[in-house]
Amino acid sequence: MESVVARAGLWLAALFVAIVFFVNAVDTGFAIHMAVFGLAALAGLVIALRGTNYLAAAGGVRVVADQGRYDDDLIRAGVILTTFWGCVGFLVGLFIALQLAFPVLNLGFEYTTFGRLRPLHTSAVIFAFGGTALITTSFYIVQRSCRARLALPGLAKFVFWGYQLFIVLAATGYVLGVTQGKEYAEPEWYVDLWLTLVWVAYLAVFVATIMKRKEPHIYVANWFFLAFILTVAMLHLANNMNLPVSLFGSRSYPVWAGVQGALIQWWYGHNAVGFFLTAGFLAMMYYFVPKQAERPIYSYRLSILHFWGLIFLYIWAGPHHLHYTALPDWAQTLGMVFSIMLWMPSWGGMINGLMTLNGAWDKVRTDPIIRMMVMSLAFYGMSTFEGPMMSIKSVNSLSHYTDWTIGHVHSGALGWNGMITFCAIYYLTPRLWGRERMFSSRMINWHFWLATLGIVFYASSMWVAGITQGLMWREYGADGYLVNSFAETVAALHPMYLLRAFGGVLYLSGGLIMAYNVWQTIAGNLRQEEPLRLAAHDPAKDVPLAKGGI
Amino acid sequence: MSPHSTYETLRHFADSWGLAAMVVVFLFLVAWPFRPGARGDNEAAANMIFEGEDNGE
Repeated sequence: MESVVARAGLWLAALFVAIVFFVNAVDTGFAIHMAVFGLAALAGLVIALRGTNYLAAAGGVRVVADQGRYDDDLIRAGVILTTFWGCVGFLVGLFIALQLAFPVLNLGFEYTTFGRLRPLHTSAVIFAFGGTALITTSFYIVQRSCRARLALPGLAKFVFWGYQLFIVLAATGYVLGVTQGKEYAEPEWYVDLWLTLVWVAYLAVFVATIMKRKEPHIYVANWFFLAFILTVAMLHLANNMNLPVSLFGSRSYPVWAGVQGALIQWWYGHNAVGFFLTAGFLAMMYYFVPKQAERPIYSYRLSILHFWGLIFLYIWAGPHHLHYTALPDWAQTLGMVFSIMLWMPSWGGMINGLMTLNGAWDKVRTDPIIRMMVMSLAFYGMSTFEGPMMSIKSVNSLSHYTDWTIGHVHSGALGWNGMITFCAIYYLTPRLWGRERMFSSRMINWHFWLATLGIVFYASSMWVAGITQGLMWREYGADGYLVNSFAETVAALHPMYLLRAFGGVLYLSGGLIMAYNVWQTIAGNLRQEEPLRLAAHDPAKDVPLAKGGI
Repeated sequence: MSPHSTYETLRHFADSWGLAAMVVVFLFLVAWPFRPGARGDNEAAANMIFEGEDNGE
């Protein structure tokens, strides 16, 4: 009973604080965000009061969670939300791809311009789709691999729903024009503070669950998750050292200035790729690939090598985003060298994942989820080769600031992160809802081909666009003047932008098919369909040739 | 110490002793699973997600 009063009191206090900040707000964006905070506190208050079994509490009965069962409620919510955010993120991505081809789609409102929707897209796919997938799968994997129920269940709920509130605040902020203007770190100071709170709680839940484990060894997937959580905390704090102009306003200014600020931003930015989009998703890979293939990882030693290789090398690679800038030359070279060295552990990890299928390669034919895992690992390998190559200064002088970078990011994000997340969703859904299998395997196969073709259209059109752009920008005439104006390069890219948008249509439709498949699986339906591959066998023909026959 | 020499000192430390220490720590951590007698531990660790009647579910 006391705990109900304490929790309700906390929510009420949060509601009052939100109201005070709302009333004193000096700009509209801040006021709207404080209203969102207030509504969230109100929701928390109502749930705290209504979710309590007062009869049991009055009778002095304490409801204790069954430690012999895994805590999967948040994970079920996470699977649904990951699917939802994925489709939202892909849709916004398609829309801004079309805006680049047809500028009229900016619609003439400040809220719908490319500049505001682009961070909405990147954050929706990275932080909403990817982040929700990471929290969801980490809660699932840490429980299974530790053979222990999730620790600190109340705090775990705060982590999960607090992170969703962060997403809503970030997304509404971009549309309203509330931004720090730092790529992948756009949310303003108060949203950063909120995320810090959520992230510390996330670390606490994860570490506490590991500490109550029943297994002596901490499985390697948990190493990757732990590295992801710790490093993101460090990066987030360092890159968001901002001083607000007013305690009641959304504007703030960074403590770091000039080239130091740029270096910290890209130290953050590249390690967001390295630890959010790589380490975290590798944790999924190291659990779901062996489980789906029903074989242990090819080499556990290699996975440890992969882990320490990534940890020690990734953290130095950031300066390759600042080639030929005011950053000292030695720092640029350092970033380049470490990026190239990263190729080795990355491919070690890819080989480790792929070789797990050694002796079971037939599953690529019969199991569309395995097929998708193989494709996701192939894209991991491809983009971790392309990245180091693009970090070489002479290649970078052609590729930097062009669409080649965009293509590279998407082959990693759509191919590696997207595909491995789809696999995780297809793995988790039937297990979490107690279904025999996904509603339809053939739809997974459709999703596989739509996603793969979508990425092929996306990446190849952006290669052509990027190299065209780079070559046109650097072309000098005999008189020493640049040959092409910027507008001419934009016109030259138009067909490539159309092809890119077509790739987006394919990828989005794959996502929608997945959403339907997940929906039907949760509803408890099973599609009656032919299996993907039947072993052809005709008993009539399975006989020896008769004597003297032919 | 002037800001310039603080920078120089830290930079020299980073690319000498700092770098050497990082390399030693890295090599130790990477070599650890390859130590003699670790084969069994590695196999057990790789198979732990399949253990038990419930196949680790």
